[in-house]
Amino acid sequence: MLRRAVGFLDERTGAAPFARKALRYLFPDHWAFLLGEVALYAFIVLVATGVYLTLFFEPNTATTTYHGSYAPLRGVEMTEAYKSVVDISFDVKAGLLIRQTHHWAADVFVAAIVLHLMRIFFTGAFRKPRELTYVIGVLMLLLTLPEGYLGYSLADDLLSGMGLAIGYAVALSIPVIGGNFALLLWGAPFPGDETFWSRMYIAHVFVFPILIGTLLAVHLALVASRHHTQFGRRGRQSERQVLGVPTFPGQTPRSLGLFFAVAATLFLMGGLIQINPVWLWGPYHVGESTNGAQPDWYLGWLIGALRLVPDFDVVIGDRTLVPNPFWGGALFPMVVFAALFAWPWLERRVSGDRRAHNVLDRPRDAPWRTAIGAGFLTWVFLIFFAGAADRIYVFLGISYISQIWAYRALVIVAPFAVLLVTRKVCLALQRAEAIEAEQEEAEHEAERAAAEPAVTSRG
Amino acid sequence: MGFIGRAFLRLLHALSKAFAVLIALLHTVRPRRRQRIVAEGEPSPRWELAVIALLVGAACFAVMFIVIYAADWRRQTQLLGLAIGGAFALLATALIIASKQLVVSEELEEEYPEVGDPAEQLNVTQIVTETGSRMTRKRFLKGAAGAAGAALGAALIVPAASIGPVLDTESLYYSPWRRGRRLVDEEGRPYRATDISNTTFYTAYPENVDHEVLAAPIVVVRVVPDRLDLPPGRDDWAPEGILAYSKVCTHAGCAVSEYRKPLFPPTSPQPAFVCPCHYSTFDPATGGSVIYGPAGRNLPQLPLMIDDAGDLRAAGDFSGPVGPSFWGVRS
Repeated sequence: MLRRAVGFLDERTGAAPFARKALRYLFPDHWAFLLGEVALYAFIVLVATGVYLTLFFEPNTATTTYHGSYAPLRGVEMTEAYKSVVDISFDVKAGLLIRQTHHWAADVFVAAIVLHLMRIFFTGAFRKPRELTYVIGVLMLLLTLPEGYLGYSLADDLLSGMGLAIGYAVALSIPVIGGNFALLLWGAPFPGDETFWSRMYIAHVFVFPILIGTLLAVHLALVASRHHTQFGRRGRQSERQVLGVPTFPGQTPRSLGLFFAVAATLFLMGGLIQINPVWLWGPYHVGESTNGAQPDWYLGWLIGALRLVPDFDVVIGDRTLVPNPFWGGALFPMVVFAALFAWPWLERRVSGDRRAHNVLDRPRDAPWRTAIGAGFLTWVFLIFFAGAADRIYVFLGISYISQIWAYRALVIVAPFAVLLVTRKVCLALQRAEAIEAEQEEAEHEAERAAAEPAVTSRG
Repeated sequence: MGFIGRAFLRLLHALSKAFAVLIALLHTVRPRRRQRIVAEGEPSPRWELAVIALLVGAACFAVMFIVIYAADWRRQTQLLGLAIGGAFALLATALIIASKQLVVSEELEEEYPEVGDPAEQLNVTQIVTETGSRMTRKRFLKGAAGAAGAALGAALIVPAASIGPVLDTESLYYSPWRRGRRLVDEEGRPYRATDISNTTFYTAYPENVDHEVLAAPIVVVRVVPDRLDLPPGRDDWAPEGILAYSKVCTHAGCAVSEYRKPLFPPTSPQPAFVCPCHYSTFDPATGGSVIYGPAGRNLPQLPLMIDDAGDLRAAGDFSGPVGPSFWGVRS
């Protein structure tokens, strides 16, 4: 039966040799190698739940009056877009479950990518021959940010409108072409003309997902063509030989198990943990905003940067040239991504290491890389936390203004402190290992010495 | 039931015997077996049972999902999430147990692929260079191809300009406010000067104009007239100490919807507008000047007047461009 199915396919596609190879492709075993898979599976959940949501969502800003089952909003004027999101939440069976699962999946997706990137960075997996795989991965991370932003902006609730206003201001702030660029995207000054919503919609449900999906396929193909990297711990792994579990039978049930575990987590979160209750925020109007507004976590670093950058514009006479939002909203992420893209080549140039690597470094094996990475992460995450200073004020009563000053000092000092400490720790770990190895060596020698007289006495 | 059950069991038994005989026959016909590819392992019937139980459990949860979906109970979202999440969780557990106990997890070794194939690289470059060897006017060809490519690329990009008014940024300066335009509230009711108390702030819009235009919403407050310290030329912009400013923050375009009004003047700072997005803070008494935060330009002020009926009206347009700044905007 199986034999016949395989025969049928092979005779028509010639896929059997390829399938045999694929079934016996080796996956080196380490928990941290699963982070990328988590991102992949979150993406699958995103696409599945997203397709469902498109069946009900209406990307239309024509005004209408709400008459649905959520009483507090009855009689309120709102856009068709916002109304359809409230309807998905209250009047479509299982709609709220799917909507919340979609939102949680987006947050988990980006988180998994960031963790995966950290794993790749700190183990040196981006080195030759895998630089392209790495660059495509960073590119996907870059694409997930506007993809997520567009997703929660489409709902047209009060928070999404505030987020779009900030996005418009950042677009507007780009030197020389900002005004033209923002008008091109929005079609008219904020809040834009009526086609803007369908533009966001097609970008969110088609353009960005297709780009991410295509890059994902290339990413995976490249991983497979160069094979997985591995840790060189048990002595059997080497630069020439990969040691791992084959796709079939070992890896498949594991990986499928992970897929269902990710799906279980996301659907449980979607069912049990409320996220973005748009019906509480109300519809957006240009003249309205609310306190305590926070974006989804993956844009927190940008709101933090916008709040941290001091009051500084480039001004000549009575003309503003470069407005303030440019520094935190555009320049800062550009610097971060430029550093991420350039890192493999920067490191290669500084270290002069042009060899191919299949065995991973442990973080301590490359003290400078680990130290710079830790300092960089500290920098970005401090700016991220600065974005929550107003919430800290509400919960702990620490003055917002003094927090901002503290963060400004910290983002300059802390990365260097972390860098130096991390390097010291790496070197200390290396030394400790050397001492341990010496001790073991000495013990072996002692054992041998103790064993020797017995041999000679017999002789 | 007992009888049918026993008969069924007997039938099964007979069938399995027939099956065993068939297999034995096949073996005698073709005694040679292929060498195994997947390593052999011990059977573990107990774990098989556990996996079967988990799979059945997952099926039960999935059926529960369907029942909950059909049944319209309260807390449906939570129950649906528990059901489908539970089904996935049991399935995940079953698969993970299967990977650990039911299939062999052999660790195998394999050569890494060679990094690059110099011979093939040479072939590829050779094919390309030999193809070009027939061409004698390479520079002209390259130039012409480059020109064609660039022009065609430009031609294909140009229609993108239809998306928005990319060359005309004059619309960024648009404001619906004119001298004489009445201030109305969200419902379109005119504001009278006597409506404005000094304890809170009011959002107003120009009468008969779309409220969803960046320059439409304004904030109106009343300040004790002798606290006013407006820039020169704005002496008559605040009749009775009533002031109006654009409600859109000049930093990032959020609505300046917080009014810091001191409840106890001796210890609290002066009244101010605060934007909740990045906490730019503007002083109404001094012409909307920035007293904290990242905003670069003052809040544009709208001159006011009170007509004979006591209604508030604009006495002109804003003191400057409304909304977030862009390259070359006037301060």
